[in-house]
Amino acid sequence: MKDLYLVYKNLTRKKLRLFLTSFAIFIAFLIFAAVTALQGALNSGVEMSADNRLVVFNKINFTQPLPYAYINKVSGVDGVKNVTFANWFGGYYQEPANQVVTMAVDPDSYFEVYSELVVTPEQKANWLQNQAGVMVGERLANVNNWQIGDRIPVSSNIFSNKDGGQTWDLVVEGIFTANDPQVDTGYMVFHYKYFMETQSWGGDYVGWIVLTTDDPALNEQVAKAIDENFANSQAETDTSTEKAFNKAFIEQIGNIGLIIFGVVFMAFFTILVLVGNTMVLAIRERTGEIAVLKTLGFSSPRIFRMILTESCLLAFLGGLLGLGAAYLVVGGLSQMMARFLPNLVLGPDIVLQALGYMLLLGLITGIAPAYRALRLNIITAFARG
Amino acid sequence: MSDENLFELKAVAKRFKKGKETISIFDDLNMTIKRGDFLAIMGPSGSGKTTLLNLLGGVDQPTGGEISFDGARIDGLSEGELAKWRANNIGFIFQFYNLMPMLNAAKNVELPLLLTSLSSKQRQQRVDTALQLVGLADRAKHMPSEMSGGQLQRVAIARAVVSDPKLLLCDEPTGDLDRQTADEILEMLQLLNREFGKTIIMVTHDPAAARYASHTLHLDKGQFVDKEDDDVLQEKSA
Repeated sequence: MKDLYLVYKNLTRKKLRLFLTSFAIFIAFLIFAAVTALQGALNSGVEMSADNRLVVFNKINFTQPLPYAYINKVSGVDGVKNVTFANWFGGYYQEPANQVVTMAVDPDSYFEVYSELVVTPEQKANWLQNQAGVMVGERLANVNNWQIGDRIPVSSNIFSNKDGGQTWDLVVEGIFTANDPQVDTGYMVFHYKYFMETQSWGGDYVGWIVLTTDDPALNEQVAKAIDENFANSQAETDTSTEKAFNKAFIEQIGNIGLIIFGVVFMAFFTILVLVGNTMVLAIRERTGEIAVLKTLGFSSPRIFRMILTESCLLAFLGGLLGLGAAYLVVGGLSQMMARFLPNLVLGPDIVLQALGYMLLLGLITGIAPAYRALRLNIITAFARG
Repeated sequence: MSDENLFELKAVAKRFKKGKETISIFDDLNMTIKRGDFLAIMGPSGSGKTTLLNLLGGVDQPTGGEISFDGARIDGLSEGELAKWRANNIGFIFQFYNLMPMLNAAKNVELPLLLTSLSSKQRQQRVDTALQLVGLADRAKHMPSEMSGGQLQRVAIARAVVSDPKLLLCDEPTGDLDRQTADEILEMLQLLNREFGKTIIMVTHDPAAARYASHTLHLDKGQFVDKEDDDVLQEKSA
């Protein structure tokens, strides 16, 4: 503790240098934390995917439907536990810019397959009884201030109903939550049967099938069996784990992980060189003072620790400010983009990771000058003047 | 070793390599320094004055022979042990003061006390006393850049005595000062020697400075060539 004052005075002796160096570190950690939070938001669907949940899509691409008859065939595959299905609706509320993710689903099985979603038995029973009922996710309900019993006109930018319009009047019968705050509840689901009966295109198909297996170890075997079952049919299937599908979906806009790694690596490398160089110069300037401290009786390991502490303090000073700024930036963006990136948060995992990098940055940039000071010979240092 | 001897050097050698050549500073140096001495060491450049001071101060190790301080050998101590020994026993005063530019006078004086187990309050008391001793109590908060050479050297003296060491080692303590200031500093060293019993070893080029010492030793080519007492030196100087 006694040395901390010395460390502090050394750190702050050249204010402009301290400002510029810590500003560079500030920028690096601002970028790191903000970009990592963005990556987390994009990957949250991947992270929250159940291990034993598979999705079956048309092999051409996921916008092509599958015959309704596939559902029973998939149910009969060994290792399959529960099966449900869904169809994209493409909804918006009041105006096209106000997109609401809406799917037509099988009400009997949907919440069995998505067991992380929580809905009260009473609300579920009401929903099952009302064909025009809709179950709204908590986040979506909060954004639009919807309550149970509200009648909400939802329009589709894909489908028309048999009246020639594009709007369905749905009644909020329930608001579902999730057993984990990371699970997205920013969407709503309504009856598949009602949708098929009221939309003008007709047909006997579903958008995709979702199933759970008895054991994640069976995933590969089940996926293979399903795809082989529909091989050479008019609608061949592509079955994958939900996690793999979500990851592939996200990667359509680029390999986010690689981009983030690149940005963070470049930022950190630049900062590492800059801070490292600054520390080396700062300690070199103090060669005489270090020799005096050693002469007075300060041990070499103690001086080594003081210099490492100084470089770590510098890293934490800039880094914590950068982290604080990132917290504000991410908080602001999170409110602005709540509809599209519901999980844009600077969570404790990012904070811990950043703290780890700060420590690493401090140690790496401090180790060379600290070692030089450790090895510094008093007589040689004084002889250099 | 007699109880009155603080330092005893026996057959001390100091050599170092420069390229393929081995240069010998001392080959067989013998000396004793008594407790309470104020010893001036003079000699031309390259005579080994500073090397001797480094050996006595434990910042350098001999390549041969023995150095005993207060009855205990110090020539075999490790770097860490020597650092601790220096902190406990030696106060250093340098030609160019060597104060920390980012610390005020009081904090500079406090530096050696950071190596002790004294509390913050005890350290503060000692610092105040040391600054009063050198007449700079009112300059405690001043930065080195705000002080004159004489004041800087007085702060350095306060730093050297604050931990109450047995020995003060002074390397050209007045080399950077005008005559009047130099005399003030030397009087202060004399006071520390006479009133507080500090043993002082001072390396100097200045015969006028050496006058303040109780003994003067002349080094030339690694050997003491002459031993003159204070009176003889004063006569020569005059």
